[in-house]
Amino acid sequence: MMALPARLLKSYGPLIAIGLIAYVLLGWAPGSLSAFRLGNLGKYCALALASMGIGLAWGRGGMLVMGQGVFFGLGGYAMAMHMKLEAAGPGNVPDFMQLYGDGTMPSWWEPFRNGPFTIVAIIVLPALVAYVLGYAILKRRVKGAYLAILTQALAVAFATLLIATIKQTGGFNGLNTFTTFFGHNLYDPEVKKNVYRIAAGFVVVFLLILWQLYRSRFGELLVATRDAEERIRFLGYDPANIKLVAFVVAAVMASVGGAIFVPIAGIIGPTNVDAAASILLIAGVALGGRSSLFGPVLGAIAVGYGRSALSEKFPTRWTYFQGALFIVVVLLLPGGVASVGSRLKSVGPKLKSLLPSKAAIADVEHAQAEEALA
Amino acid sequence: MSEASGTDRASASEPGGDGVPGAQPPSVNGVSEASGTDRASGTEDVLDVRKLTVDFDGFKAVNGVDLTFLQGRLHFLIGPNGAGKTTLVDALTGLVRGSGEAVFRDRDLLTMKSHKIVRHGIGRTFQTATVFERLSVLQNLDIAAGVHRRTITSIFARGKVPERVEEALETIGLTSLAHRQAGILAHGQKQWLEVGMLLVQDAKVMFLDETVAGMSAAEREETGDLLKRIVADRTIVVIEHDMEFMRRYADFVTVMHSGAVLAEGTVAEIQADEHVQQVYLGTVTEVAARA
Repeated sequence: MMALPARLLKSYGPLIAIGLIAYVLLGWAPGSLSAFRLGNLGKYCALALASMGIGLAWGRGGMLVMGQGVFFGLGGYAMAMHMKLEAAGPGNVPDFMQLYGDGTMPSWWEPFRNGPFTIVAIIVLPALVAYVLGYAILKRRVKGAYLAILTQALAVAFATLLIATIKQTGGFNGLNTFTTFFGHNLYDPEVKKNVYRIAAGFVVVFLLILWQLYRSRFGELLVATRDAEERIRFLGYDPANIKLVAFVVAAVMASVGGAIFVPIAGIIGPTNVDAAASILLIAGVALGGRSSLFGPVLGAIAVGYGRSALSEKFPTRWTYFQGALFIVVVLLLPGGVASVGSRLKSVGPKLKSLLPSKAAIADVEHAQAEEALA
Repeated sequence: MSEASGTDRASASEPGGDGVPGAQPPSVNGVSEASGTDRASGTEDVLDVRKLTVDFDGFKAVNGVDLTFLQGRLHFLIGPNGAGKTTLVDALTGLVRGSGEAVFRDRDLLTMKSHKIVRHGIGRTFQTATVFERLSVLQNLDIAAGVHRRTITSIFARGKVPERVEEALETIGLTSLAHRQAGILAHGQKQWLEVGMLLVQDAKVMFLDETVAGMSAAEREETGDLLKRIVADRTIVVIEHDMEFMRRYADFVTVMHSGAVLAEGTVAEIQADEHVQQVYLGTVTEVAARA
């Protein structure tokens, strides 16, 4: 039995850490970082939103989702379509359609003129797609490497489709050159700051959501499903349903990340949503610690920061650093950076156990004495 | 599943009223049963298995088995390796497909999915203890209690420990270890935890697959006593190789051989049966002699 304060701390301690992150992202950063750095941090926050979903699906649910770029892209493109139409003005057609096409707009673009519709679509669209996909995949008990390959293939297919439909989606160039974000001028530094605040705010909100999910009965059930799926079946649950919930929530988180990425980055294209982008997300999650609450966020921000810091110094060699980092983490810290604390804690007793304790020596002597008698 | 869904098919108010000696309910001092609703209403659960066949590409692992599992008795299922005991349980719990019929509370188990069968009141354990190693004893039991909760409530954290879980902790004697990680429990304690999870589920039929294998003598005794304590308002089917354990605790024994039922009866009847001696007990003594 733990003492009451210790248990309270274990239960509510993460809230303190979330508060600290909220202070750094929302209180400190906007006043202290240059507009350029703040914009970068905003991008990492957007990626972190997708990473948190991966933490839920992979870290807690055991589903290695290698195609989260698809959902990131669904949200991103929905937002980008709205902003593109906003930039074009009422009744007008986005510029690239005149450039590559005959100047007519596909009818499915039309609803995205409407702001509220776009926001609803950013949530509902990925949820629907993830539900249908997840239902088909999980009910057939596809898991492990097969699930990873399948989701990865989806990301490849999605990017290929985008590239092939230049007249409808902007093709390889993607959607870019936005001017306003729900009526606010994106060139205004204060608006930029506020867009950043939205991204950072979502990080805090998602952390709170995950904190509640992880401590809830559902969280326990998800971990139990990850560890012993068949056993869960014989406790009266359909494991597919449990994993489906995690899969859908992860998809929506990625979609929100994609949506907020667009006004900050000013562009979304196939390279933001393809297999490589999806794997980069996974790398951040693995680095940070997939099953911890904070690991995915810190990992995503660290990978994003490392990427820009190192690529400023060594423009051509960033990928080597990234690869090396990934190898080091996989080899030495399978639980990610978030597990360093508990790793250190477990090293202490191990060192001690290398030296035989008095009790152990006594045991051995006792056994030897018994042997001698027998 | 509603408690009253069982039919009034058994007239006997006492379990074991079928005239089998040794099938009297064990007298339990000071242990109140979690739910006596079925007994109070005078109904008795029966799991009726008729012509159950499990066909693995032409090999009939279970071949036309007729069996009746009655409430309130410790029913042992014995037989040499490959006799089809575990396959029989697999078929009854939806793990493998079987043909024939297995009716419990008006539904044919062979047509149902595993998790629906569990919700219908059938629980099982596996040969290797499978508890959720990284969760605590309490969390393990709480997850098992989920069958009684509405799904939507699972987005909340556990407030206070559910009554069922506390009762089960008491019954299996792990109350003091409630917050211990299940992975570091002793082998015997893990098996008891599994039984506890079935109790929390309120399984009306429990299939226990080699639960006492690998246990110490003291642990076996405790397990046997535990089963005696909880069997009154449910059916417990024990797959076992340990003859001593069977002799001590079985109310009724079914011997299987090559996918079919070889003999049925009390321990004394089984031991006196010539076929059983030839086919089964013979091999056991050989094994014992070799060991």
